[in-house]
Amino acid sequence: MSITAQQLYDQMRKVQEPKGYYFNTDRERVFELLEALIANRVRYGYMGCPCRLLSGDRDADRDIICPCVYSVPDIAEYGSCYCNLYVSKEWNEGRTPRDYVPERRPPEKMAF
Amino acid sequence: MSDPESLTPAENSDRPDVKIYSLSTCSHCKAAKKFLGECTIKYDFVDVDLLEGDERKAIVEDVRKFNPRCSFPTIIIGEKVIVGFKETEIKEALGME
Repeated sequence: MSITAQQLYDQMRKVQEPKGYYFNTDRERVFELLEALIANRVRYGYMGCPCRLLSGDRDADRDIICPCVYSVPDIAEYGSCYCNLYVSKEWNEGRTPRDYVPERRPPEKMAF
Repeated sequence: MSDPESLTPAENSDRPDVKIYSLSTCSHCKAAKKFLGECTIKYDFVDVDLLEGDERKAIVEDVRKFNPRCSFPTIIIGEKVIVGFKETEIKEALGME
């Protein structure tokens, strides 16, 4: 059974918004990323971050299964996750400077 | 006489080579490619996630030499390495500003 990007959007939104994490209001970008997450699940069996190179090993990539563990400090510091998928309310409202979010994942975490 | 349409656009002729190490799924990589395309800048790219086995390992090692964090996109413009889609840095490296 495959999920559509709209279904994924609705599901994730329900879980994330109460925590203060919002989808970027750039819908085209969000849906492109959701499609990429679905593609990764088909390819690897898990929804790994579309903006990072996945190893294919779910355990090795546990920290970058979306929403990744780095999204919490990234949203706290920059108002956005690494992919600009999840953002703070302030980021969406243009009240946070939209700096490029640097990669926070330590390089030694890469399984290859 | 040359047909003007067959000429390389003048703005491309003395510009450095551009290579992008990208992921097929990554929004910043897509944005970088789109930006360069809109600026009519020619570039080579490799979507590293679509490679497998030894080929992927070899390219990952290449990316690490330019960018030890091996994040994407890693954009090489001449001698410059730009990590991420940073429009201002790309324009500077291309001599567009």
